[in-house]
Amino acid sequence: MESIHLNVRSHRKRPHSSTTEPKTVQWLLIGAAMAYLTLFLMIPLGTVFYQALEKGVGVYLAAITDPDALSAIRLTLLTAMIAVPANLVFGIAASWAIAKFDFKGKNLLITLIDLPFSVSPVISGLIFVLLFGLQGWFGPWLQEHDLEVIFAVPGIVLATVFVTFPFVARELIPLMQEQGSEEEEAAIVLGASGWKTFFWVTLPNMKWGLLYGVILCNARAMGEFGAVSVVSGHIRGSTNTMPLHVEILYNEYNFAAAFAMASLLAMLALVTLVLKKIIEWKTARDLSLLDDAETAVEENG
Amino acid sequence: MGLRKKNVLPGFGLSLGYTVFYLSLVVLIPFAALFSRTAQMSFMEFWDTISSPRVVASFWLSLYTSLSAASLNAVMGLLVAWVLVRYHFPLKTLVDALVDLPFALPTAVAGISLTTLYSVNGPLGKHLARWGIEVAYTPLGIIVALTFIGLPFVVRTLQPVLEDLDVEIEEAAASLGASRMKSLLYVVFPNLLPALLTGFALSFARAFGEYGSVVFISGNMPMRTEICPLLIMTKLEQFDYIGATAIAVVMLLVSFMMLFTINLLGWWSRKRTSSAA
Repeated sequence: MESIHLNVRSHRKRPHSSTTEPKTVQWLLIGAAMAYLTLFLMIPLGTVFYQALEKGVGVYLAAITDPDALSAIRLTLLTAMIAVPANLVFGIAASWAIAKFDFKGKNLLITLIDLPFSVSPVISGLIFVLLFGLQGWFGPWLQEHDLEVIFAVPGIVLATVFVTFPFVARELIPLMQEQGSEEEEAAIVLGASGWKTFFWVTLPNMKWGLLYGVILCNARAMGEFGAVSVVSGHIRGSTNTMPLHVEILYNEYNFAAAFAMASLLAMLALVTLVLKKIIEWKTARDLSLLDDAETAVEENG
Repeated sequence: MGLRKKNVLPGFGLSLGYTVFYLSLVVLIPFAALFSRTAQMSFMEFWDTISSPRVVASFWLSLYTSLSAASLNAVMGLLVAWVLVRYHFPLKTLVDALVDLPFALPTAVAGISLTTLYSVNGPLGKHLARWGIEVAYTPLGIIVALTFIGLPFVVRTLQPVLEDLDVEIEEAAASLGASRMKSLLYVVFPNLLPALLTGFALSFARAFGEYGSVVFISGNMPMRTEICPLLIMTKLEQFDYIGATAIAVVMLLVSFMMLFTINLLGWWSRKRTSSAA
């Protein structure tokens, strides 16, 4: 179904001879673009897997089943399992407030939500050291109560939540603004409760955008390096996430193990890209189905 | 916070309340800590830190490597976006999907991969070394890493604009006797310019704060290949919180200026497209 639609679209868009370049020029430009992408994307990606498997599958498996590696994997999963749902709930609340209602300071709120994106990862980490470190705002209090945030798991989780904060909200806000609120208004007027309206009308409408935001948020949560590096203290087997473990192994010249660990993260990135592409196809299909339905209504009406 | 018109939807108080609460908890209060720390230091302390030769060198390094990477990405990103939107070739969908790789690949992974490739014994580095070009552990290596990181921005901001660009205006230019080169330069390019600059600015902003991919390939030599974020890290490791904060504040000012520029460019871009329609 979707391939037909895409073909129709591309056929309509195909430029005429007066508005395109000669074939040779086209292939030259395509060649230059591909050379650039090969050099900067494909070779670095390929290198990760090549280096990971160069010493053989045995070394690879040993590297990723090493106790320190497993504890790094566990900590990375734990961090993502906290950061993603927390930012998901926030993203839904923020997009509901911003897309469905008008209020003063809305643009400021949107700008503030984007703030963590414009901050260097290292500064994101620094902020939490200033807050919870020994010389920080809450440092003395935490020490009195024997609580550890910096150089411990809570710091890693906090820094990750901060860094991945905007992802879901930023996907949902424009999507929900575009969809408007007629459907929800209809449901409320017909007597549905607020939660019922949300679960039966809003959620199905925003499911792809939501999923997209979650996937991006998750990829960043699992892969974040700079911010987590500042707050972790690099304690092996206890405050090491996967990216930090990669760094430690690499700095110990244990390249095969470092790349083995890195290959797991690279696979995560590839899965993220595939899911993203699938979601784009689904959204395009939903949109074209909607277009078809609207044309049908117009023709019959 | 009054509602502009009657709104039948419920949940305004709850959703906005939670949004503001969570935003304050995760973003605003932590930021306040940074600024209060800055307010505690005297101007002389602040100035002494940021005007020391090592810090100034790192600022210039961060600035020119980020600018170089963003410029390379602007030129090549324009080419990639053009090729992806206008031409047909095998595996185009796959290539298009791969453009997002730097968004999805953890920066540390990119860092060790690029370092291995470009070190003097590496698969690419050893060939370049024969020509006397060293990449790893030089500013050139930093540019390579920052180019990787910023690659998707220009492509992704240009693609939608190129797709929406009406081929009819090119037809009009051609039928009025403009050569292909002329119509590309005077008709197509001005329409792409706001998006191109936005992509450039986004790419620069990302590069300026980048840490993970650079820290491996740069070699981290003070005065030579030490970027700003790394210097913050070094100061923190020496428990020099004031020094770290002072550098962070200057970096944040640069980031906010970029954010402002990007918003301005977005506004220009929207104005342009709406007046063209």
